Amino acid sequence: MIGAAMTFSRLLATLVVLLGALLVPAHAQTADTTLSPLVDALAPGSFKDRETAIAALVATEDLRVVPLLQTLADGDLYVGKTDAKVVFITGSGATLGRIDPVTAAELGEVPKADLEKVKVNNGLRRVIRTAIGQLTLLSDDPATRRSAAQSILRDADPANLELLDSGISAEADPAILQVMQTARAVLTLKTDATLEDKTAALPLVSAIGGRDALTLLTAALANAPDELKPAIQASIDGLARDRAVWDAAQNVWYGISLGSVLLLAAIGLAITFGVMGVINMAHGEMVMLGAYTTFVVQETIRRYSPELFDYSLAIALPLAFLITALIGIAIERGIIRWLYGRALETLLATWGISLILQQSVRSIFGPTNRLVGNPSWMSGSFDLGGLSITWSRLWIVIFALVVFVTLLLVLKRTALGLQMRAVTQNRRMASAMGIRTPFVDAMTFGLGSGVAGLAGVALSQIDNVSPNLGQGYIIDSFMVVVFGGVGNLWGTFVGALTLGIANKFLEPYVGAVLGKILILVLIILFIQRRPRGLFALKGRSVEA
Amino acid sequence: MLTQALFRALDKKAIWLVAILIAVAVLVPASNLLLPNGHPLRLPNYAVPLFGKYLTFAMLALALDLVWGYCGILSLGHGAFFAIGGYAMGMYLMRQIGNRGVYANPILPDFMVFLNWKELPWYWYGFDNFWFAMLMVMLVPALLAFVFGFLAFRSRVTGVYLSIITQAMTYALLLAFFRNDMGFGGNNGLTDFKEILGAPISADTTRAALFAASAIALALAILVCSMVVNSKLGKVMIAVRDAESRTRFLGYRVEYVKLFAFVVSAVIAGIAGALYVPQVGIINPGEFEPSNSIEVVIWTAVGGRGTIIGPIIGAILVNVGKSYFTGAFPEFWLFALGALFVVTTLFLPKGIVGLIGQYRSLTTRREQHDRSAPAAPSPAEVESSADPQPKPAE
Repeated sequence: MIGAAMTFSRLLATLVVLLGALLVPAHAQTADTTLSPLVDALAPGSFKDRETAIAALVATEDLRVVPLLQTLADGDLYVGKTDAKVVFITGSGATLGRIDPVTAAELGEVPKADLEKVKVNNGLRRVIRTAIGQLTLLSDDPATRRSAAQSILRDADPANLELLDSGISAEADPAILQVMQTARAVLTLKTDATLEDKTAALPLVSAIGGRDALTLLTAALANAPDELKPAIQASIDGLARDRAVWDAAQNVWYGISLGSVLLLAAIGLAITFGVMGVINMAHGEMVMLGAYTTFVVQETIRRYSPELFDYSLAIALPLAFLITALIGIAIERGIIRWLYGRALETLLATWGISLILQQSVRSIFGPTNRLVGNPSWMSGSFDLGGLSITWSRLWIVIFALVVFVTLLLVLKRTALGLQMRAVTQNRRMASAMGIRTPFVDAMTFGLGSGVAGLAGVALSQIDNVSPNLGQGYIIDSFMVVVFGGVGNLWGTFVGALTLGIANKFLEPYVGAVLGKILILVLIILFIQRRPRGLFALKGRSVEA
Repeated sequence: MLTQALFRALDKKAIWLVAILIAVAVLVPASNLLLPNGHPLRLPNYAVPLFGKYLTFAMLALALDLVWGYCGILSLGHGAFFAIGGYAMGMYLMRQIGNRGVYANPILPDFMVFLNWKELPWYWYGFDNFWFAMLMVMLVPALLAFVFGFLAFRSRVTGVYLSIITQAMTYALLLAFFRNDMGFGGNNGLTDFKEILGAPISADTTRAALFAASAIALALAILVCSMVVNSKLGKVMIAVRDAESRTRFLGYRVEYVKLFAFVVSAVIAGIAGALYVPQVGIINPGEFEPSNSIEVVIWTAVGGRGTIIGPIIGAILVNVGKSYFTGAFPEFWLFALGALFVVTTLFLPKGIVGLIGQYRSLTTRREQHDRSAPAAPSPAEVESSADPQPKPAE
């Protein structure tokens, strides 16, 4: 009869738990008031009592218990001598800050003497580990189980092996099972398991791939039995070969990324240089102004409607284009117009403008770097095979391509583009055909400056926004234009990507600075061969 | 032949300039050293190296003027020749420190001891001799200018393309000299000099002597430049500036003319750098900054390119202005410099000297008008109509 009652009550308990699981989806959240006394019960009594208290905590299935138990196992859990309250502590020294383990609320500071460590021993640690495993690896929530398996894989602590085995036997989800088995293989290599077990574990570890597997296997090689060493070495060699391929791919990606930045910075310059034969030394400052426009837009958004932050770049783009294009047109109408046919003077005058713009920005915004944030869709990174790709870089590559294609279309499909090309090829003839060359010049300069502004918005995401931003890009952009040749956007495109990729390929061998020097020297030598760049305009108009 | 050239070079203006400079070379040190403290005509101690610095800048501007004003090559890399000359001098001064450095190593400069280097790199050999260092001051910039110029002029890189690659050259050197492995002190450059030719470097007498040396070097540079521009070669240089293709079609080897001007100019710039370093007491990679080289261009333009005196006036005026502004209104200096670039190119294409010339020709014309002058144009008018600015060859 008593047995039946026991069975019945257990059934009831199971039902309650099941109901609870159904009613409270995912992580069970016990009320703070229920949890707190259970937590405080950890402190008093013997180790045996603590085991009971832990069991009670596990029964709540509340995930807040996991860090609590972990802290206890690490011996960092304290209890107040007067109020018998169990707390986390912060800081060190004579007074310690206290944090409530349940609500995470700060409870103020007390002298160190008022606190006492909650004692643990190895037996208890084992209990705690199992308890954490039960809460996580055996949890009902697949996401919890997966992250638990992943953290075991990361820690690679052989002590978790038993726990993992119990998790594997209970796991139904094949994806999570795979993570667990990989973790088990990693742990097996670290223990003194049998040769067969280790041999079986080897392919699983290799399958992780990348640097992680390489580190794990290299570590395993050191204390592996001799019979296993050739197999491990073979796996390492295979991985290293893969790695080399991926590293090369990664370099190409970095190169493309740098190339797209160069493309953005140089393409506006190429347009003005091609059409007007004018080197615009203030081009870098247009980029800088674009970046500051982004800063101002973001500040305004932060102040008035923070929820729009993710759209800040979309708002900044047209604004930056307009502002820099207008400034560009003003410069052209105000100054450059008077210096036609005197390319070297234009170079000096625009340098003067760049100094003035730099100092204006420094006076208004201060000389220090300003913070421009990444919208959420531009932060973080993802892995593609063995490549690690940051979202901001990817978006900038895409953006550079979009800008490039748009400019191609503008040049090839619009009336202004037609006129611009005509002026590039033969200014006098174009003028004779009725094209208003001064108007084309102004529009070209505006377009080139506007594109620089767009580049500034993009560069604000990956570079420091300071008054010197433009200076850092101006020489590189010149190199791209000179290398690629003028009057042809494809020249700029090929030039930017070639220089970007070449730079990133030289970097691992000779270092960043020497790589850059080499590139500069190569360009200087290249100019000797082809004084007008890769894609030079041909024909009578060129020989000025 | 040489006396003839010298005679031609010593036209009235050049004689006056050289005479003034020699007078300055005597008077300034005398005023500083001989007059008692507190005398109204005594130059304060700080002023002597400051003025000496201006003179080296004037020399640099003159060097640029030789290639830009007379040959139409706008070099945005002349700061590099200046800095290389400075480094050669700095290396000599470093070797002079001997065991008085922080680490008291008799051979290795402090920064090499700091980097744990065991022996002197080969390119530092010989710099303990003054004559060798002075040879290098001229030879290294000349060699760089020769190689660079030979490649660039032979393949007919002209106009803005040439300007851009000279800028790339100085930028590459900037990056290179920033590297510690180069053996030129990296970031910090060369400094902490103790003595030059056995004389303590910060003594008043040494500074006065360095000032006098700068003035005399400038006077010599003026002589050389006016000798070159007044020679037949100088006329060809001007022809290259004004119509490069036409000069080539007439049978002149344009690239050699340019190369000659470029190398001579680089040597003058290198000597200027060598005189600059002991007076300011430091040389670091910052001297290679492309912006420095562009600033030299504006000194030349403000004074008036295509004249001997113009760049000297321009360099001294702009630098006096810079010293004043960066002290009194530091915020304002870049605005002023930027405006100077714009205003000079827009309104003063011939610089201050050109402005004076214009004024003079205006008054001469008025005088002639008053006397109901003959139809022949005055000599001043002919001179000013010889357009000194490079025109597009279009």
